[in-house]
Amino acid sequence: MKMTRLIAAGLAALGLSAAAGAAPGDYKAPEHHHWHHSGPFGTYDRAAVQRGYQIYVEVCASCHSMDLLSFRNLGERGGPFEDERFPNANDNPLVMQLAASYTRQWDGEVDDAGDPRIRPGIPADTFPAPYENEQIARGSNNGALPPDLSVMTRARHHGTDYVRSLMLGYTDAPEGVEMGPGQYYNEYFGPISMAPQLVDGLIEYADGTEATQEQMAEDIAVFLTWAADPHQDIRKQTGLMVLLFLFVLTILVYLAYRQIWANVKH
Amino acid sequence: MSGPSTYEPKTGFTKWLDSRLPIIRLGWDSFVDFPTPRNLNYWWTFGGILAIFLMIQIVTGIVLAMHYVPHEAYAFDSVERIRRDVNFGWMIQSMHANGAAFFFVAVYLHMFRGLYYGSYKAPREVLWILGVVIYLLMMATAFMGYVLPWGQMSYWGAIVITNLIGALPFVGDAIREWLWGGFSVGQATLNRFFSLHYLLPFVIAGVVGLHIWALHVPGNGNPVGLDVRGGDDGKKDTLPFHPYYTVKDGFAILVYLMVFCVFVFFLPTVLGHADNFIEANPLSTPAHIVPEWYFLPFYAILRAITFDIGPIDAKLGGVLLMFGAIAILFVLPWLDTSKVRSMRYRPLTRWFFIFFVLACFGLGWCGAKNPDDYVLGIEGFKFLYFGQFLTLYYFAYFLVVLPVMGIVEKPKERPASIEAAVLGNNTNAQPAE
Repeated sequence: MKMTRLIAAGLAALGLSAAAGAAPGDYKAPEHHHWHHSGPFGTYDRAAVQRGYQIYVEVCASCHSMDLLSFRNLGERGGPFEDERFPNANDNPLVMQLAASYTRQWDGEVDDAGDPRIRPGIPADTFPAPYENEQIARGSNNGALPPDLSVMTRARHHGTDYVRSLMLGYTDAPEGVEMGPGQYYNEYFGPISMAPQLVDGLIEYADGTEATQEQMAEDIAVFLTWAADPHQDIRKQTGLMVLLFLFVLTILVYLAYRQIWANVKH
Repeated sequence: MSGPSTYEPKTGFTKWLDSRLPIIRLGWDSFVDFPTPRNLNYWWTFGGILAIFLMIQIVTGIVLAMHYVPHEAYAFDSVERIRRDVNFGWMIQSMHANGAAFFFVAVYLHMFRGLYYGSYKAPREVLWILGVVIYLLMMATAFMGYVLPWGQMSYWGAIVITNLIGALPFVGDAIREWLWGGFSVGQATLNRFFSLHYLLPFVIAGVVGLHIWALHVPGNGNPVGLDVRGGDDGKKDTLPFHPYYTVKDGFAILVYLMVFCVFVFFLPTVLGHADNFIEANPLSTPAHIVPEWYFLPFYAILRAITFDIGPIDAKLGGVLLMFGAIAILFVLPWLDTSKVRSMRYRPLTRWFFIFFVLACFGLGWCGAKNPDDYVLGIEGFKFLYFGQFLTLYYFAYFLVVLPVMGIVEKPKERPASIEAAVLGNNTNAQPAE
């Protein structure tokens, strides 16, 4: 008992020190928000991930790449367009349609004559990047590089809260803050090169949800969380089963221990 | 303590094998019949836990190596690919990364156990030294493993740590370039770190073999720190390892695995650093470069020296002190002058030990903080000063407390034997020294 308490205390201390390693910066910490996927039983809000994908495609994707994602991911287990009838996401017609909505040269593919091959996307293709290279990206954004969003919510502390707060955090710059050319002020970031993106009614959601700023900020945060950690639902499900199994086994081994040691003074 | 073998081969095959390669006899004598003090508490279960975690790390690591690409341009993406596309890759990767952390939790508890119960004292000096060798190998392995995902902390951590070597006079630069395989941390460094990260765990496994061998000569220590008696009395002090300690260790291992699984499945990235999800970028230095938590106490010792000492500049001083913090463990058996093993019977030293443990945690705290920040917001009380004070205590514990207390402290009365300690029968108690 004493030992388990000590271990728990130790681990708690470690958690603290790990968090303490984060650079808090001089700006506001992200506002804590309750998510459908919070906690050990939480699962992604599928509709929110779908809406988030729509925002990504219609708004974010004009500057931000998501190199680590393929269209097939959208239809895989736990993905926003998963369909039980198509266990292989490459056969999912909705996913095929989403991929085919882009026609371009994929991954520098060439035809037999060595010329760029232009074709509609297939589910195996990765999300198309908006810029050909870093120089072009910077050139189009006042010298700033829009970061890849594939693992963004894991690359920031409290990433899901961070993305939502950042989307809603634009204010006038406080006095004395020096702003670079083309920069905006964000309470959670400081001077930032990304212009405020979300205004009420910016897009028309396919599912008819009212596109308020707040709603869109939440949806994009959930979508990026899914993108960074697509196996979260199955991870938690598996974890519960593993813990249940270990718990029962531990009880049995404990009873065996009690029985074996029953007549032994120690 | 390992007496004559009691193994008797029963079948024709085992008799035949036993006269040619007595491997079953070795297993029987080491893990079934092995006489083990009957009073071991749960602090003695971490040896078994560590063996399990070494196996977990090796098995998950071999699978990860099948998918990992040790290349500057692909390493980061290949780890993400493991998480996303490899069957159960998300679980295997999480087990490996969190397994390293839990490996270190267990090794630290194992070492504190050894310090408290005097496990390093005669006749177990070699056993202890082999343990320190394993710990050093673990640190090297963990450090190189952390570089492999090629995130920002991987890259900049590698630069900070390898630059420490550069602080050595005369040979430092040459050794550093030799380690790097070039003039900076780059492709050559990543590739050789991968190679060594694959090699060292097997070296660890080998030294673990020696560690267990050295354990099985004098046998386990125990909480009262008394030797098992010779002859028939020894039987009253001990129990066969199986089933008594296999089941007790098994229970402890399962409890520990449950805590481990909470992290693997529900908090997979909480022990890591968010910056390591940003690909290594030589042109952008993170605001704070911090090592993994299990190195933080040594990081605090490294940063505690901010002043030159004669010809030794501050940087070299910090490096020497940091290595000294581990090197001192090698000579610990000869620094402690007390014949009494267990702190249970050392009323004063026991308190010094408790403060030593707190100092180690405190150093870890200092390592995670900016040295110029104030402890608990107390104006003027910088983490730097706190770290310096704790560093002083760390070394004083080994160099002053243990040598001196063994001479001046009057130990408490100890039971006559392990059996007497267990039965509470203390009529033949040994007089206090």
